[in-house]
Amino acid sequence: MSELSRADVERVAALARLGLNPDEVGTLQGDLNLILEQWAHLASVDTSSVSPSAQAIVQPMPLRDDTPEASLPVEAALGNAPARVGDFVKVQAILTEEADG
Amino acid sequence: MSGKVASGGSVRSAVIGIEIHVQLRTATKMFCPCAIPTDADEPNSRTCPTCLGLPGALPTPNRAAIEKVIAVGAAIGAKTPSTTRWDRKNYFYPDLPKGYQISQLDLPLAEHGSIEVTTSAGVGSVRIRRAHLEEDTARLRHERAGDGSRASLIDYNRSGVALLEIVTEPDLRDAETSRRYAEELRLLLRTIGAADAEMENGQMRVEANVSLRDSEEAPFGTRVEVKNMNSFRSVERAIAFEIARQNELLDAGGSVTQETRGWDDTSETTYTMRAKEDSHDYRYFPEPDLPPLAISDAWIAEIRARLPELPAARRARYVADLGLTAYDAGVLVGEPRAASLFEAARAAQPALDAKLLANWVAGEYLRAANEGAGEPEPKQFAALVAAVGAGEINGATGKALFAELCAGPLDIRAVITERGLAQISDDGALEAIAAETLAASPQALADWRAGKQQALGFLVGQAMKASKGRGNPARLGEIMRRLLDAQ
Amino acid sequence: MSLDPRRATAVQLAAAYRSGEVTALATTTALLDAIEHEEAHLSAWLHLRRDAALGEASAADARFTAARGNTAALAALPPLLGVPIALKDLVNLEGTPTTSGSKILEGYISPYDATIAARLRAAGAVILGKTNMDEFAMGSSTEFSAYKRTTNPWDLDRIPGGSSGGSAAAVAAFQAPLSIGTDTGGSIRQPASLTGIVGMKPTYGRVSRYGIVAFASSLDQVGPFARTAQDAALLLHAIGGRDTHDATSSAEPLPAELLALPSGDAAATALKGRRFALPKEYFVAGMEPGVERAVRAAVASLEAAGATIEEVSLPTTEHALATYYIVAPAEASANLARYDGIRYGASKHGGGDLLQGYLETRGRGFGPEVRRRIMLGTYALSAGYYDAYYVKAQQVRTLIARDFDRVWAAGFDAIVAPTSPQVAWRFGAKMSDPVSMYLADACTIPANMAGLPGVSIPCGLSEGLPVGAQLIGRPWSESQLLGIASGFEAITATAEWRSVEPTALARAANGGAA
Ligand SMILES: [Mg+2]
Ligand SMILES: [Zn+2]
Repeated sequence: MSELSRADVERVAALARLGLNPDEVGTLQGDLNLILEQWAHLASVDTSSVSPSAQAIVQPMPLRDDTPEASLPVEAALGNAPARVGDFVKVQAILTEEADG
Repeated sequence: MSGKVASGGSVRSAVIGIEIHVQLRTATKMFCPCAIPTDADEPNSRTCPTCLGLPGALPTPNRAAIEKVIAVGAAIGAKTPSTTRWDRKNYFYPDLPKGYQISQLDLPLAEHGSIEVTTSAGVGSVRIRRAHLEEDTARLRHERAGDGSRASLIDYNRSGVALLEIVTEPDLRDAETSRRYAEELRLLLRTIGAADAEMENGQMRVEANVSLRDSEEAPFGTRVEVKNMNSFRSVERAIAFEIARQNELLDAGGSVTQETRGWDDTSETTYTMRAKEDSHDYRYFPEPDLPPLAISDAWIAEIRARLPELPAARRARYVADLGLTAYDAGVLVGEPRAASLFEAARAAQPALDAKLLANWVAGEYLRAANEGAGEPEPKQFAALVAAVGAGEINGATGKALFAELCAGPLDIRAVITERGLAQISDDGALEAIAAETLAASPQALADWRAGKQQALGFLVGQAMKASKGRGNPARLGEIMRRLLDAQ
Repeated sequence: MSLDPRRATAVQLAAAYRSGEVTALATTTALLDAIEHEEAHLSAWLHLRRDAALGEASAADARFTAARGNTAALAALPPLLGVPIALKDLVNLEGTPTTSGSKILEGYISPYDATIAARLRAAGAVILGKTNMDEFAMGSSTEFSAYKRTTNPWDLDRIPGGSSGGSAAAVAAFQAPLSIGTDTGGSIRQPASLTGIVGMKPTYGRVSRYGIVAFASSLDQVGPFARTAQDAALLLHAIGGRDTHDATSSAEPLPAELLALPSGDAAATALKGRRFALPKEYFVAGMEPGVERAVRAAVASLEAAGATIEEVSLPTTEHALATYYIVAPAEASANLARYDGIRYGASKHGGGDLLQGYLETRGRGFGPEVRRRIMLGTYALSAGYYDAYYVKAQQVRTLIARDFDRVWAAGFDAIVAPTSPQVAWRFGAKMSDPVSMYLADACTIPANMAGLPGVSIPCGLSEGLPVGAQLIGRPWSESQLLGIASGFEAITATAEWRSVEPTALARAANGGAA
């Protein structure tokens, strides 16, 4: 794996929606490269015939019956919202559309 | 309709792929037990820690939603995986509370199916690449506040509602087929009870990827995604418009820009919604909060056994076994409630003339139903149609009784007897009525003698009135004519 | 009154409540007073529920009073009734703050109970409050809390371990007999080791994660801190078992033996004939000699008690750390995406631009270690790197699990190993070097990667600081592991190191006098 450039760090920070100041970008670039160097030996592990495990102990997945239960009272649901208009949560105007549902 | 587009001398082929999101018909959301919101619900009144994305909340999958998608897969002849799983699709947006959508990437619940579609050009098949189960987002309302600033208001009621996403192969070549595909899919979903799929209510959202190329053999051109179509009519018009727009652009020597365009129903044009943008990096990975789901053959078989007769099979049966026209079969099957009344009435009176019954269902019943009339009780409906078919009551009486039947319970046999509605076909009785009518209408007789043919119609109408609507109109006509000729 | 409410175990309190020797109210009052008196020095707590806890204690006392004299009625009361407990501040408790050690959740009040919180309430436990932790459980020293720096009651200049440092320190400092922690890469076992108490990470799926602020979903497990194995077993029994709100929680029945774990001679006798595996890879380079000495001494005493010890090899161990630091940050990068300042938490939205609101809320709301891991995880999942990092790590995870499977197939009852290669270090010693901090978890991470239960138990001192030994078992073997731990307590009951208690806190809180 090649080293992360400053631009790489900025790209990843943008993907993760982390606003970083220039100093923080530099520090993270150093940290991440140091850590990635520690990961390099993984590439040498032979995993050609090994299936990946997303979970270590796989349980049969229980399914929920389609029976409604009480929702939260609106005040409990919105009690922590930083900005509200009535019973809506408010954010700044959204001018562009994001991907589908 | 051919996929060829001719304009300014050039002939190009359109390539269309359709992606549809449908809200499944369930009582609760996909990953939490909140009830599905209705329009009457107050904003943010159908939420819980899970669909609000509160810290610590976890998803629990809805069995009914999964079974409905397996049923869809069975109905479109798709492959159901022996194990499925969910993946996280990561992106930030205010309508997405967790910052990721739980969706399916590698192991969709259905793959490689197809749907038969009939168009003006005949019957064809549209291949479905995949169908998967995911969760809906919250709803955003864009508003201008009192101080003039703009804000978006979020209602999380819809957050987490179960969505079925169905993606076709790029098999479609024209706007009509695209519309018919969407209609046929909706019919299928409604028939098997998987979804209501009302486009007007946003329960079914259709997006089309449209591109043009110089010939059927040429590589695909730059594709444009078209969305915001809120009716089947819009689907057809938007795609037709987009094909024409791209064709003109290319004719003029321009090139198509990869973008997302919205359909404006008022101006009947598409407009740029999102210009070309960075390709999304959704960082999909297996959802660690949900173990993989094993789908046994027994489970699939059980779901398959519950499937009703599917629209294509039913149409074919109506034509082949019942002798209906393809058109009538299409009308009946196209309306699940019409088909179910037809089936129930046939079950009640197997000997009933299928064509007559089909006419009543496709005509009187659908007209009344579309005007908001109640559902007729199928057994009584069958009795009514049988009485008309046997000439026991005439058509006008039948229609009057039908209206009553839609309004509430009615015993057709009893009513015919009690009210003496039975049609008068006895020639002696009819002749007496006709003679009386003629005697009471000297002016009509004079008109007839003066060569006015319409006098006959007037006289028959008067005679029908005199019979209190019970006369056999055809026999009365013959008798009246004979009496006039004898004058 | 002979029972010291601060030193009493949950088992002792339960007996004393039933006999009427002490009340839950008196016990709770004594602990709350001590906490308030010592907090300036220990800094283990983020939120105290004084009034609520006293109310819960009184309610418990009322139930004891009503049942007094009726043996059957007393026996039917839940074992944790009236027993004080501390919750790591990532357990949602309706009506109380949950910060997860982060500024981004400052002021957040939970509108719902975590399943384990509801179970503890139902069990009648007295919930004292919420304890300090590394931000979003990311760290091994609790220095990454956005709020305070918890000290180690054995030496106030040293870290208590992490990320559940507050919960561990509170139990070690006799401020509560029990507390709740979470363990994603060692965050229960490592602080237990560094503060000289018992801490168990149960099998993945044993305890519901519903309502526990997520760090890495496929690794996170909730577990108990206690000062004895018996107490840890009682607490595990109260919180464990299938929960319909967590699709990864297991239907595996909760063993009833947890309620009656053998102790004393019975537990010591049960060690006879046990087969323990000693993995050579866990005695890593850089391990402190004092730690190795204490762990090997513990192994020797097990052998002396009639157990057999064999060295085994878990060859994939050397890759566990790198694997963990891909999988955990990848999952965390998604789990922490919900902290966007829109529905809750500290928000920097409100300026002109929506994107700016996201960037500033998250850029300022998360501390340096959380930002580092979000960056790592986002990178490992991003287009072009997913296969090389994320998929590779999940494959190596399979190999790690296979290493353990071979040990169980060979018939071993448990693995014995050091919990941490080091004793508690001084504040700041690893803050500037993330990799050296990550190495502190080298011995605990493999059990998380394989989903296995592990318990850290005190096994001696090195230069006056506690050393922990770790027992790792096959899936669902918690009661056997805790039984072994109880046996070890019995065979070392008279060891000299057992008589040493942490005194640094008491000295500091009492004005520096010895
Ligand atoms: Mg989708
Ligand atoms: Zn919900």
